[in-house]
Amino acid sequence: MSKTKLPLSPYYRSLTLNMTVAIIVVSFIPVFLVGSTIYYNFYASYREKVYAHLEELVEKHRQQIDAFLVDKLADIRFLSRNLGYANLSDEAFLQSTLASLQRNYRPVFVDLGVVNGAGQQVAYAGPFKLTEAVYTETDWFQQAMNKEYVISDVFLGLRRLPHFIIAVKNTINGEPWILRATIDFVAFNDLVENIRVGETGFAYILNRRGEFQTKPLIDFVPSEGCYGHFFDCEKELNDGVTIAEREDDDGKENIYVTALLKDKDWLLVYRQESADAFSDLRRAQFISVVIFIVGGVSIIIMASMLSIRQVGRIKEADRAKELMNEQVIETGKLASIGELAAGIAHEINNPVAIMVEEAGWIQDLLEEEDFARSENLDEFERALKQINTQGKRCKEITHKLLSFARKTDARLQEFSINDLIEEVVSLSEQRAKYAKVIITPQLDASLPSIQASPSEMQQVFLNLINNAVDAMERQGGEIVVASRREKNQLVIEVRDTGPGIPPANIDRIFDPFYTTKPVGKGTGLGLSICYGIIKKMGGDISVDSTMDEGTTFVIKIPVREEHVG
Amino acid sequence: MPNSVKLLLVDDEVGFVDVLSKRLSKRNMVVTAAYSGTEAIQTLRKQDFDVAVLDLKLEDMDGIEILKIFKKLVPTMPVIMLTGHGSEQAAREGVASGAFDYLTKPSDLEDLVAKIMQAVKREK
Repeated sequence: MSKTKLPLSPYYRSLTLNMTVAIIVVSFIPVFLVGSTIYYNFYASYREKVYAHLEELVEKHRQQIDAFLVDKLADIRFLSRNLGYANLSDEAFLQSTLASLQRNYRPVFVDLGVVNGAGQQVAYAGPFKLTEAVYTETDWFQQAMNKEYVISDVFLGLRRLPHFIIAVKNTINGEPWILRATIDFVAFNDLVENIRVGETGFAYILNRRGEFQTKPLIDFVPSEGCYGHFFDCEKELNDGVTIAEREDDDGKENIYVTALLKDKDWLLVYRQESADAFSDLRRAQFISVVIFIVGGVSIIIMASMLSIRQVGRIKEADRAKELMNEQVIETGKLASIGELAAGIAHEINNPVAIMVEEAGWIQDLLEEEDFARSENLDEFERALKQINTQGKRCKEITHKLLSFARKTDARLQEFSINDLIEEVVSLSEQRAKYAKVIITPQLDASLPSIQASPSEMQQVFLNLINNAVDAMERQGGEIVVASRREKNQLVIEVRDTGPGIPPANIDRIFDPFYTTKPVGKGTGLGLSICYGIIKKMGGDISVDSTMDEGTTFVIKIPVREEHVG
Repeated sequence: MPNSVKLLLVDDEVGFVDVLSKRLSKRNMVVTAAYSGTEAIQTLRKQDFDVAVLDLKLEDMDGIEILKIFKKLVPTMPVIMLTGHGSEQAAREGVASGAFDYLTKPSDLEDLVAKIMQAVKREK
């Protein structure tokens, strides 16, 4: 069988494709389901964890900031109530009060001031020269006059620095007065600035107008919408912590965690880029995608390799089956031809016998005197003899044909190998003659008989001789069939002067279905049948070939001791 | 020869039987031809023969069958089987069943005559 790889026919190609697709689908579905389930669960729980963490963080800070504001307000209210307008409007006393506050709270309180009902600051303690300042027009003053106390938004005010004010209203003799304290922006800002998570997470506070109440870590304009003007969508913001993810104008996905502060006046906003908040998740996602791709690619490679190999095997098996079928058909054909030939041979014997006998009868009659002096007597006799001889020749031919057509009989018989070889040689001679091949037996006459199946042995030598004739069909040549004895075995060599067997093929020539003959000419079974027969007898068959010189098959058959001598 | 050999020749090939009868008669034998198994058996019932030459394949009966009947009717009469090569096995079987010998067709007349004489001599 030629080893060159032929391109696959469409049938095998589609078989390969179907197998590959089936393996890929079957492998991918569970991988995909398991992968996506695990990923979804991991994603959900991780997200929940991140959210919970951020909510807790914001809630804690909200409480902290609220507590800070409440504390500071309580301090000022305490001062206002307990020290009274008389004391506090004395600037020296106010100074010492501020000093004692600053001692207790570090520089949270920047200054203190007492403002009368008309908005005129009557006493001031602090680093700025604001003693005579008038606050009539300011928001906080107006609010403080209506309410008991007020905590203002952050503003620049007269001092041109961001700050905010806690103002507490009291009355003396029916006249309202206000004690106001400025809270240091830096100290307040620290409370919020401390909230830092990851690389992009930071917090800030907005008032109802969407203005910063703290200095954000990054300079940016608060986006429009709920967090810019949370006022507009207050309904969405409940008392607790709200968490939402949305895309900003710059196209980045951000997490916003918000909580209302200061009687819902302020909004504490924590902002972090989603990518940053979920960076671990993203990494896990990346790794799983990489694993999925690598796994997928290897599944595809494996699937296609597997199917190519399997289809190769199927193809080989199909081919073997096809050859087997061919062989079966061939055998059947041969068998019927054999039967036909046997029938014809048998039938021919009768007319030939009659012809020979009739010739004999003429001969008998010729011996009678009437013809004795005939000039042509010799010719007649010669012709009759010829008829007789040719009749016998016919008999021999039918004899050979019949002995060959007899069914292969595996029964053991004792026979002379030399006789069998001669029989096979004479059978093959006719064909060999057409191929200009001469068959020469070189037989050792002293060989003992062997115990074997004659028809099987006949098949072995027929195969070898036919192969040799086939090999030399083009240029002609010589076949020598030699027998001899070596110790306890008979050695029979079939040597030809053909082109030889290429070294690449020589290891495979006894393999079933291995043939170098054109398609339809050989089944690749001949030599493997020979091999099987000889091995079954406990013998050995080997081959030796030289390119352009010839090939020798050597058969060794053991001789049983009782036949020796 | 003072006593000519009485021979029963059984074969369904008419041409063969006729020419063989003539040739054997010429060699001082009295040949009675039978062209079928039944005819042969009937003839044998009526007449005695020194020897029978029997084809192995007849249209109506199998040669071996006829041989067995011959042996029952006249156990002492030798029977020579004639056969085409293909039924050599059957001929050997015939020898095993009591035939004197067998010859394959076409055979030399001299061989046949020799076999017949051999059979007759052994019988006598």
